[in-house]
Amino acid sequence: MLNAHRLGFRFSPDTPILEDISLTLKAGQWLGLSGDSGAGKSTLGKLLAGYLMPQTGYVTLEGAALPKNGVQPVQWLPQSPELAVNPRWRVAKILREAWTPSDAQCQAFGVKPKWLSRFPQSLSGGELQRVCVLRALAPEVRFLVADEISTMLDPITQLELWQALKQEAQLRQLGVLVISHDTALLERLCPQRLHLSGGQLKPY
Amino acid sequence: MLTIDRLTLQLPYYADGYTAWWKRRWATCLDAFSLTFSPGEVHAVVGASGAGKSLLAYAIMGLLPTPARLNGQLYYQGKPLDASRQRRLRGRELALIPQSLSALDPLVRTQRQVAWAAQRAGQPSAHAWHASQQALTHYQLDARAQQAYAHELSGGMARRVLTAMAHVSQARLVIADEPSVGLDPHQRQRVLGALRELADQGKTVILITHDLRHALPIADHVTIMRGGKLIETAPSSAFQGSGAALTSAYSQALWLALPDNAFATTTISRREQETNVA
Repeated sequence: MLNAHRLGFRFSPDTPILEDISLTLKAGQWLGLSGDSGAGKSTLGKLLAGYLMPQTGYVTLEGAALPKNGVQPVQWLPQSPELAVNPRWRVAKILREAWTPSDAQCQAFGVKPKWLSRFPQSLSGGELQRVCVLRALAPEVRFLVADEISTMLDPITQLELWQALKQEAQLRQLGVLVISHDTALLERLCPQRLHLSGGQLKPY
Repeated sequence: MLTIDRLTLQLPYYADGYTAWWKRRWATCLDAFSLTFSPGEVHAVVGASGAGKSLLAYAIMGLLPTPARLNGQLYYQGKPLDASRQRRLRGRELALIPQSLSALDPLVRTQRQVAWAAQRAGQPSAHAWHASQQALTHYQLDARAQQAYAHELSGGMARRVLTAMAHVSQARLVIADEPSVGLDPHQRQRVLGALRELADQGKTVILITHDLRHALPIADHVTIMRGGKLIETAPSSAFQGSGAALTSAYSQALWLALPDNAFATTTISRREQETNVA
């Protein structure tokens, strides 16, 4: 169980982005998070994944703090995959940074073997996004924060990405926080949804 | 207004691996593509990434990389649109709102950039300055945004600056390449509304996007592209219900895959994809 307890975060001293946010994500749960741009959705996602440290409150995983090293059990999937990969590594090295996915898993996520010898610049955004999602599914991972991962995809590719992720999450009981502007998508994916505005979370 | 007649575009690539790596091969990016755009209309061009949508825009604007092989004809207002005419009309009659926000000059303030666009279109500099201010105000960019540098703008503001640049050039054909990517619903509505407004003024607007759902309310016609080929051109009213008014299986699959429709892959799209891979 991933727990956020009374998180507070501000970039400048006088304008808080998040105030007193508490949230629980259980294993196998799909939770949707919507909000206007600038509302702090990504900041909250990064706090949960340990990319940022909250100024007040804390994040716990099964009652303990997030580990400081090793494979992070909470993985953050960014909106722009091209900014999340090393441009000097080939796709094979990027994909296998933390673990080596099986051929069947590669196939489920539509990662083609011929991409492996290429550099990330020669893949399209949608192709690279699938590599990045599969990369983050190492066996140690328990929770995912999917931050607008399908906005740049066409409807069919978007659907296939979510179907593959849903299947994998079902199998391993992964908890997923889906951050998106797209209310229709959230309604499809997540039985529980939250809306972030003015630094506060409300059920949606 | 703009007619594309059997346009075929090929780009060179080199095979990877060790077999004949020195040999140049040609990838067909647009395949006998024919389409007509009329004035007063928003024409959406929709497809997956890699379908050749942006290349179509570059081909119309004459901005393709040099080794490209282009066959077929473009006609603008009845006359052939060749490289020299493209150079003459670019920025005056033809405007492109590019996909990448890095198209803005990072060292120049917003209003100066828009004034430059107006000057390039042939307006005297005093008038251009005034026009740029007007256009930016029209797109709801305040005095602070007008004097800001590109990195100080949000994604939505930068898009509106690019739209303002197309607006001041008084171009009659505006091509918007993925203008709504990464914007929240409110901002997206503003940018798309601005495009609809341009069309209502009698201009031709080509809206290139992968976002079928949000293109539909403002588009008159929708062309579905796939792998450089034109799959189908349909009025936007054909996209409703189960998509029965659509003639091709791929556009139906695209329509049904939307989260507010079935959110399911049809058997047809699966089968088609398998044949595509083979």
